[in-house]
Amino acid sequence: MGTTQILFWFLSILALFSAIMVVVSKNPVHSVLWLILVFFSISGHYILLNAQFLAIVNLIVYAGAIMVLFLFVIMLMNLNADTEPQKNKWLKIAGVVAGGALLLVLVAALKDADLKNQIAQTGQGEIGLIHNLGMALFKDYVIPFEITSVLFLSAMVGAVVIGKK
Amino acid sequence: MPINYYIFLSVALFCIGVAGVLTRRNAIIIFMCVELMLNAVNLLLVAFSKMHHLATVAINRNAGIDGQLFVFFIIVVAAAEVSVGLAIIVMMYRNTHSVDVNFLNRLKH
Repeated sequence: MGTTQILFWFLSILALFSAIMVVVSKNPVHSVLWLILVFFSISGHYILLNAQFLAIVNLIVYAGAIMVLFLFVIMLMNLNADTEPQKNKWLKIAGVVAGGALLLVLVAALKDADLKNQIAQTGQGEIGLIHNLGMALFKDYVIPFEITSVLFLSAMVGAVVIGKK
Repeated sequence: MPINYYIFLSVALFCIGVAGVLTRRNAIIIFMCVELMLNAVNLLLVAFSKMHHLATVAINRNAGIDGQLFVFFIIVVAAAEVSVGLAIIVMMYRNTHSVDVNFLNRLKH
């Protein structure tokens, strides 16, 4: 097993375990911290796939900005394990069964797909570098990029208007 | 790495997110599970972009770059969505002093 395989399995197991811990943690602050670990392992996957720009953006935007926002809101509301509302047992079991059934259906549908020869290139390839992404972003995707700024402006105005009253 | 592994990893992460949305009552945790699902899709998009790149790099040197740009735009939209969503949750907490989504069923009365 090469280094790439070992890193892939390590990051995958870390991501799945942390994702399960996000769902089962009683304390919302612990959930946020586990979710940050999920984002770090997904960024590790991006680096493995040589998508370096997305790895850094994922860390800065998700793990840096969005998760701090979540933490602030949770601390503002003083949520902890004692105030955490719990669904009753049967609803929890039904939810897990529904999620598991979706997993079963998707895996059953995809396991026979003819993808044996398709390899995701790891550790090389230049499309993930910021030079190439920037060229494509500002040549082919410049209109969506500008519309994004309108989206951000409206989101900002919306958040202020909702939060003020 | 074979693309199969990435597909199954993303499917598993997505289903954990779905199970989280269905089993929790805290609105913030539900929101975090939605973020988890978005990230599973992002990972799959990047893996597919690298797969497409490897398959067609001889024809087009920049093949597969669109997938990574879509991931960039998804991250941007997710950031906007989180800011508005958390503002709504804070407003709901101010009115009901709870983040329990079961309280929201009073909308129907």
